[in-house]
Amino acid sequence: MAASSITSETATAFELKADAFTLPVIRLLALDMDSIATQLEAKVAQAPAFFLHTPVVVDLSAMSDADANVGFPQLVGLLRGLGMIPVGVRGGSLAQQEAAKAMELAILGDTFKPKRRESGPRLAAEHASAPVPDPIGVAPMPEPPAAPVGIETGPTLITRPVRSGQRIYAAGGDLTVIAAVNPGAELMADGNIHVYGALRGRVIAGLKGNTTARIFCHDLQAELVSVAGHYRVSESIPAELKGQRVQIYLDHEVLRIDPL
Amino acid sequence: MARIIVITSGKGGVGKTTTAAAMAMGLAQRGHRTVVIDFDVGLRNLDLIMGCERRVVYDFVNVINGEANLNQALIRDKRCDNLYVLPASQTRDKDALTKEGVGKVLEDLGQGHDYVVCDSPAGIEHGATMAMYYADDAVVVTNPEVSSVRDSDRMLGILSSKSRRAESNAEPIREFLLLTRYSGERVERGEMLSVDDVQEILSLNLLGVIPESQAVLNASNAGVPVILDHDSEAGQAYGDMVARYLGDDVPMRFINSAKKGFFSRIFGG
Repeated sequence: MAASSITSETATAFELKADAFTLPVIRLLALDMDSIATQLEAKVAQAPAFFLHTPVVVDLSAMSDADANVGFPQLVGLLRGLGMIPVGVRGGSLAQQEAAKAMELAILGDTFKPKRRESGPRLAAEHASAPVPDPIGVAPMPEPPAAPVGIETGPTLITRPVRSGQRIYAAGGDLTVIAAVNPGAELMADGNIHVYGALRGRVIAGLKGNTTARIFCHDLQAELVSVAGHYRVSESIPAELKGQRVQIYLDHEVLRIDPL
Repeated sequence: MARIIVITSGKGGVGKTTTAAAMAMGLAQRGHRTVVIDFDVGLRNLDLIMGCERRVVYDFVNVINGEANLNQALIRDKRCDNLYVLPASQTRDKDALTKEGVGKVLEDLGQGHDYVVCDSPAGIEHGATMAMYYADDAVVVTNPEVSSVRDSDRMLGILSSKSRRAESNAEPIREFLLLTRYSGERVERGEMLSVDDVQEILSLNLLGVIPESQAVLNASNAGVPVILDHDSEAGQAYGDMVARYLGDDVPMRFINSAKKGFFSRIFGG
């Protein structure tokens, strides 16, 4: 790449640019160096040219034990011995990343995003042992609309009925509605939502993850209620709460619906 | 300038074309120069209901495309001098309707008429949005039945956001509810939604309640707008509806089941 010279006497020596490279990622599932060595050797033997002088990344995201000693000196030695060039590490705990840095490995961005931090391996283990009878869903947070089409943003006080198919989003604050919310309508807010008319549509508070957001309504007939991604559909709401004045909030990640 | 009225619903088969024909005829009979336009390109029915299907030469799309002028396309009703019909094209599709094209035709019609009644197709797609875009008034035709109510509610949401008046922040479209195929007996038996049930969701000005009536089928078979059938309850109800639209305070008939007295049940009548 020839450096483009700007109008100056001395020619520019370099350009600074960003580019993307696809690198093989070795995602560690265990820390037994002997098993890693044996299995890696077998893999390399299958396609030695592929691995020779190839930059590789070590992925620690499968390591559930944050205190485990990865043994970077041995790992790096093993990889280099097989012809690879370990360039960086992804995932893992702070301590593990410090150890990686000590071996001159770069810490690379975590592009692999688990659904929610809470719904990681820990939560899955809890659910496996005690099946939760009451169907509370932990949904990935709906993405806040960037360039909303058909979504009204901003107005935080609605005084006319919200019709089926209309979506209202109160960005950065609370939403108050003093009219009916019809089936098929959607109310969304980063903060709390207050509905003084019949609530028959979907209502989503704490859209961006605010777990302290609450929903207050005078007449609960909603199709779906959600606070910070924890939701319940109409069928899962006890019949005695239908038509009542309630508040809906998160209590230690459990969605509660209490009469007011 | 003419007042533009759109007859819309969202749901199909609830009585839009029947209503458009009846309302246009009712307005014309009261002396107002009226034109009724079929916006259902490709599935036209208005010409059948008005009884002018054998006189269609040019249509709405021909006018928009400049292939014919309005005078060539408008069909004058044989029963009422004040009433004209602008039929839809049966061979083209909805994309032939453009906002500018429709706007120009409505503007031209506005010069010579008092009311322009737009018969919208079902749905919320291009044909329906073109029919409602320039409206001043909207008659939302609804059956007292859950899916029709929900679709009407959806249509109301679209009216309040996708119309010319909404986009230019002008005074909003006047919305009216017309409940059709209503049966007082079934409501009393708890089988059918009542006016109040429907209004709980829609909360609109109630323009009228048209009872379920066999006269509607007879009228469309004959190509006669049902409002001309003065003996039928539906015809009379449409007459009341037009009067109410024009500002008369007419009490609602046909909401309660006609309770026949003991003697009339024995002696008939």
